[in-house]
Order: sequence, then structure tokens, then C-alpha cells
Amino acid sequence: MQPVSSVGIVVPQTAHFDTPLTLKSGAVLPRYDLVYETYGTLNASKSNAVLVCHALSGNHHVAGKYADSDKKPGWWDNMVGPGKPIDTDRFYVIGLNNLGGCHGSTGPASIDPATSQPFGSRFPLVTVEDWVESQARLADRLGIRQFAAIMGGSLGGMQALHWSIHYPQRVRHCLVIASAPKLTAQNIAFNDVARQAILTDPEFHGGDFYAHNTRPRRGLRLARMLGHITYLSDDVMGSKFGRVLRSGAFNYGYDVEFEIESYLRYQGDQFAERFDANTYLLMTKALDYFDPTHHHALPSLAAALAPATADFLVLSFTSDWRFAPERSREIVKALLDNARRVSYAEITSGHGHDAFLMPDAHYHALMRAYMERVIA
Amino acid sequence: MTRHDFQTIAGWVKPGARVLDLGCGDGTLLKYLQDQRQVKGYGVELTDANILASIKHGVNVIQSDLEIGLSVFESGSFDCVILSQTLQAMRHTEPILREMLRVGREGIVTFPNFGYWKNRLQVLRGHMPVSDDIPYQWYDTPNVHLCTMHDFEALCAQLGIRIRERVVMTAGKQVNFMHNFTGSLAVYRFEKAQ
Repeated sequence: MQPVSSVGIVVPQTAHFDTPLTLKSGAVLPRYDLVYETYGTLNASKSNAVLVCHALSGNHHVAGKYADSDKKPGWWDNMVGPGKPIDTDRFYVIGLNNLGGCHGSTGPASIDPATSQPFGSRFPLVTVEDWVESQARLADRLGIRQFAAIMGGSLGGMQALHWSIHYPQRVRHCLVIASAPKLTAQNIAFNDVARQAILTDPEFHGGDFYAHNTRPRRGLRLARMLGHITYLSDDVMGSKFGRVLRSGAFNYGYDVEFEIESYLRYQGDQFAERFDANTYLLMTKALDYFDPTHHHALPSLAAALAPATADFLVLSFTSDWRFAPERSREIVKALLDNARRVSYAEITSGHGHDAFLMPDAHYHALMRAYMERVIA
Repeated sequence: MTRHDFQTIAGWVKPGARVLDLGCGDGTLLKYLQDQRQVKGYGVELTDANILASIKHGVNVIQSDLEIGLSVFESGSFDCVILSQTLQAMRHTEPILREMLRVGREGIVTFPNFGYWKNRLQVLRGHMPVSDDIPYQWYDTPNVHLCTMHDFEALCAQLGIRIRERVVMTAGKQVNFMHNFTGSLAVYRFEKAQ
């Protein structure tokens, strides 16, 4: 292993927008903030910008730390940094928190200037298309006409895909990782169970729990536990936890007995404390709604991707059953049907959907090699 | 360094053609064709190492198993489909030849000619041949369907494939007589018989 270096201490920034944003739903956000971080230096020709789009529970904190004492760096710190596959010595990398998020960008927990109360249930549903629109405005603000690359895993990959369709001239390379062109019924079903857990929590108060000085912890915790199961593979759960018992013996009760129970409950508890329930609901809906063929009633994904002109790298992971390799191959096929420049790799990994966040050597080598092409 | 069959293949590929290179290895041939003939296209590879090498070579590559066919590619989407030094390592020989002419107008295959006299001599001496073009011991070879030029041409006839051109080489030099005896490497250009 070569020594890994970090982007170091980073400081998030906030961009305020006063131009109303009309959302796909028809609702209008009259003004909003986007919080973002940047790493590396934008070159004179402004041609080295890379946009990293985040997934369901991600945010703008992609790499580095806010203080040396931070326990964890940003969520993709193993990928983004000096000398790393997305090399911040060469690229100017931008991460932002999507609209509706709970990490600084305007979202359900933000104060609605009209009422001086948190938006709560009044915050409109936002879609992948809306996010891309807001990201484009941030790019305008930063003076970036065309990104060297736009990328993302999972829901982030959907944003990258939409960029390539909606703003083809603004994307040179599009990296779609562990993603899908649209969710399957099974995927929507998982999301709905997660939402039901939140919506039926008595502490949810129809989304206006802020006023009651509480939060729907139980619902959010269950939603996260369910989600987490689907992000891991059976194999990795088996090898990590198996049937190991915490006390070594059955207790014949409903307290934590198996290690997997302990792990999931811990993950759920952590998440319930730090994440906003309304944001979780909204992000899962954005996932469900995404379908590049929908709004123009296009006959196929190939027809939807016809406007895209970027070069593509599509990556999937063998044990990912939430966004299975077959789903990535649908994207690849649609690009091939359009004779677009595309490379596709199916990375062998036991880590399930979460593999896109893991420092797998082959995965990182592929990303590094592809980013060499981006800089060329 | 380029392999001996590359020049021949490049000569058969029109500038700017849409090319599919099946079993593209590290992408060297496709890179060569991109540089020499400005072709557009894709490689198809199975192994991780070759996928990575192809991306490093700047060619577009799709990770897929040729044995399960080319369903990701639409019919008639390529001018030329190449199967270079891979036919002999494939289990499903007939299906891949059919698939090549489904997705492409023309096919090019290269394979080591088992009928080459040095191979025959080694068999005559009681051993499986090992040579420049068949560089594997019998117990450690990816090759499962070695054939002679006669064998290949017979299969083409059976499958309704018309051979357009044929170049036969030994040690990088073209041979022009008794091909199935003097040739170590065979390169064929073919299409569907009308």
C-alpha cells in the first residue's frame, strides 16, 4: 500500500440563490441555499472540474476533515484526494448537499422565511431533475461551463446520467457507478416499507415534528435497518456476523442476541440521531420517480439517452442486488444502441451495494485509469 | 510491438469503420486500429486485468462473457467484428461465428493453424504441439477448440459463411503455397453467403 494522503482540513461553503426554482412537481422554491465543498484548484481554462453527486444518505462532505479530531473523513475520502484515483492535484472536485438534504442545503428542516418555522411537511418533493437544475446553477455560479466529469454512485449515478441527457454539452465524461436507469418494483417496495416506518411513527406528526421538539427516531431507525440489509450482500453479512451470539448462548428473549441484530440496531440508532426523517422520505421518492423515459413518454432508455454525448464509464458490483449488474447493463446497452463511447466493468466484490464506497484495489485502479483519460 | 496479424487486419478495415473486437485482450489491436484507421468501436473482454489494461490503452471496453453471446449489441451495428486469437479458446464456436455475422456485416478471425507442419511433426513425435502461436502446454492451455485451416473452411461452408480473403503467416511472414502445411497463423475475412 502506498501512503494515502488527504485533502486535509476542509471548510464547507454556502451559495445562496434568489432566482426561483420551479420544480418538476410544479412547486416553486423562491430562494434556497446549497452547501458545498471543493477540493483542488480550478485551472485557468476551468476545464478540470469534477462534480460528485451523492447518494441517499450522502452529502457535500466528500473528502477531508473539518478538524483533526474528526473520527471520520468525508464519505468518499478513499477515492478523492491528492494522488488518489480522483486526484485533487489535477482535478477541481465539487461535492454539494442536494436540495431537500439535511446537511446545510435548504431542506425540510430549514426555516421557511415565509413562516419563520421549519418547512416540515410544506417542503416540496424534489426530483433528480430538480437536483441537476440546482447543481447547474451552482456550476454557473462557480464559472464552470463544462465539467471534465460528473459522477456518482447509486442515486448519485442517476444524477450523473440525467446531467448527460439534459446538459450534454456540459459533461465530457459521465461515470455511473452501482446505479440503475430506474428502480424496479422490488426497489420501490423496499423504499415504501422504509417510508411507512417513518410515516406511521407517532413522533412524525405529519412531517412537522420540529414544532413538537421531537423526531421520529423509531421510524427512521427501522427505515435505516431495512435499507442497510439491502446494501449488504448475504455473503458479507454471513462472513461478518454469521450466527454469532453476543453472550454465546440463547437467552430466549427479544433483546439483542445475534451480532447482526446488534449491528443493525446500532446503525439504525446512529442514523436516527443524525439524519432528518423528511429528507429520508424525500430522497427515497426521488429514487422512485427517476426514469429518463417518463416525462417525454419515450419508447426506450436508448431513446432517452440519445441526446447524451459524453464518454461513459459504467461500473457495477457482482454482489450488489439492490442495484444489480443487470441494471447497469441496461444503461450500457442503451448507450451502445446510440453508438456512444462507453466502457463497462463488472467488479467482483462481496460487499453488495455498499461496494461503491469501499477501497477495492481493482475498482480504484479502474477509476484511476479512467480519470487519466479524463485529464488527457 | 504489434502482432503479425494486426497489419493484415488493419488493411481489411475501412477508415472510420465501426469495429467490435471480441476478446480484445489488453486493447492493443483496437488501439492500433484507432490510431491507424480511426475506427470507432468497442472491445469485449472477460478478465479484470484486460479490462483495466484496455481502459489504460484508451479503448472502450465492455466486460462480458463471449460464451453467452452478444445480446448487448444490436444486429447490424458494426462494419466489422474481429475475433483475434480467441476462436480456439471458445467453447461455443458455431454460436459466436453466427453472432459475429448478426451484429456485423463482416467478420475477421485469426487462429493458430493446427495443420502447420511443425505442429504435425510434434504430434507425429508423440507430443501435443507447443509453438509461437500455440504457446501453451496441454495441461495449461486456454485452447479448447484447435483446428486446421481445412477444418475452419469446412465449418464456414456448413454455416453459410463466405470467405472473402485469407492471409496465412509463419513467423510474421506471409506464406503462399500449401497454406495448411506451411502456415502457422491463419487470418480470415468473411461474410454471410448471399
